[in-house]
Amino acid sequence: MKVVVCVKQTPSTTATISVKDGAVSWEDPGGKPNVVNPWDEYAIEEAIRFKENRGASDAVALCMGDSSSEEALKTCLAMGCTEAVLVSDPALLGSDTLGTARTLAAAINKIGDVQVALFGRQAIDGDSGHTPVQVARVLGWTPLTYVSAIESVDGGSITVHRLTDDGKETVTAKLPVVISVVKEINEPRYPSFMGIRKASKAVIPNWSAGDIGASAAAARANWSNVYAVPPREGEIEMIAGDTVEEQARNLVNKLFEEKVI
Amino acid sequence: MSGVWVYVENRDGAISAISREALGAARQVADGLGQPLTALVFGQGVGPVCAAAFDLGADAVVGADDATLADGRLEAHGPLVVKLAQERQPAVILIGASTRGRDLAAWTAADLDTGAVADAIDIKVEGGVVKATRPVYTGKLLCEAYVTGTPQVVTLRGRAFAQAASTGKTGTPEMVAAAVAEDAIPTKITGFEGKGGKISLTDAGKIVSGGRGVGGPEGFEPLRELADVLGAALGASRATVDAGWIPYEHQVGQTGKTVAPDLYIAAGISGAIQHQAGMRSSKVIVAINKDPDAPIFKLARYGIVGDLFKIVPALTAEFKKRLN
Repeated sequence: MKVVVCVKQTPSTTATISVKDGAVSWEDPGGKPNVVNPWDEYAIEEAIRFKENRGASDAVALCMGDSSSEEALKTCLAMGCTEAVLVSDPALLGSDTLGTARTLAAAINKIGDVQVALFGRQAIDGDSGHTPVQVARVLGWTPLTYVSAIESVDGGSITVHRLTDDGKETVTAKLPVVISVVKEINEPRYPSFMGIRKASKAVIPNWSAGDIGASAAAARANWSNVYAVPPREGEIEMIAGDTVEEQARNLVNKLFEEKVI
Repeated sequence: MSGVWVYVENRDGAISAISREALGAARQVADGLGQPLTALVFGQGVGPVCAAAFDLGADAVVGADDATLADGRLEAHGPLVVKLAQERQPAVILIGASTRGRDLAAWTAADLDTGAVADAIDIKVEGGVVKATRPVYTGKLLCEAYVTGTPQVVTLRGRAFAQAASTGKTGTPEMVAAAVAEDAIPTKITGFEGKGGKISLTDAGKIVSGGRGVGGPEGFEPLRELADVLGAALGASRATVDAGWIPYEHQVGQTGKTVAPDLYIAAGISGAIQHQAGMRSSKVIVAINKDPDAPIFKLARYGIVGDLFKIVPALTAEFKKRLN
């Protein structure tokens, strides 16, 4: 069996993001404007562990995006994924989460023999977190979201821990499954020197929509009027006092006045 | 296509805070569209929750009371929302953006072949369309988002909308059967560990949060004491979680939780951009830090430059005096 990890290339977490005439662009002070979506790093690590410890034959990294997303896939290969596939087609630009889910599901079917598809819980640009469940619906697989640990995989079933707003749940499901992971699940490894060398030489297949039998559908969840968050109002007030006790008293007075206590 | 639906999350006979907010927001959407508001109440022993949904402003309640629905499994709740929507064709489905609500919105939209907008922090109705303001790029930008398919599925971020007020209204819920039998549900929940009465970060009205400045696991103790006095939840920066000083469930920020309390006290937190992403919509931010140049002071309403191990206990003592 194979595992697939679906990744997205996003602006780096430190990027300054701006909007001009409705177009979003970003710059990074560190000079690396794009990264693998930070949540996906945990999914990549888990996919590699499936290959190392749970008998998966391949850990395939899958990304839908423009050609610059090859960079994200090379990071996956450098970390230890065995294969990478880019689905890139101008026709797919502007897909909403359901459109993206249909494309990824078609690619997963083409990869074949996949029992587990892994995702980060959400991407730090779109921030919906809808894609993993929607991929599961399109494939007819069981979604297991917010997974913080994989307890066991055996005899065609999987047991995981889910970290939800209510608490921690232990859930068993039959394979195949789509899993979205949270940070607690593991500590992602750094790419090895050998891995980076291998990845730099890798030729990553580029599938078009036609190659996987996907078609572009109009997005039904739409964005308009993107704008920067207005700066927080008001200036900071530094709380003074001759003693720490007086400072504390002055601050507590302010907080009562603000009616937040 | 008519009617506004709101999914009412409940556990142990009580409506979750996020669904009280969703009921409040949904009432406004229903009034804006001039359509009735229907609450969906699924679970086990949901009688009191159905009654509460009427009281909180629903015109009608569709309830389902079944053991398969007790633990909030997506594979039980999703098919029922979808089945009802296929039969009755609502115009709008609103859901609180909890972990469960987010999954349910994604499921419902996929099965109904429509769009879903996540995490609205404000909504208005324009020409029959729900226009949601939502943060994107981890809160660095905002956008207006809307659905062109039907129904319009929108999730609402916690603590962004006022909770629905009690109306005194009563009514009789329409009870329906579960959509899927237990043996057709592909997941079994074999263990559950609740929060044991602890306030969850995403629901919290007040948060006391610690960063690298706390110095070690025991450094969270004074913060915990302050949080206890205030009835606040305990937060933490990524650095402290990565160092193993406090469990991940406390992490606020880009790879942790997004919170929006009335009061956020940041002690020993420098305020990296990734941390700000998780807490910048807090109403009043207090920063306590040794370093006067820490970026957190750019975001805060009140600041104290100094040693958190002196200031935090002094605050705890002062609050104790004032609150008793």
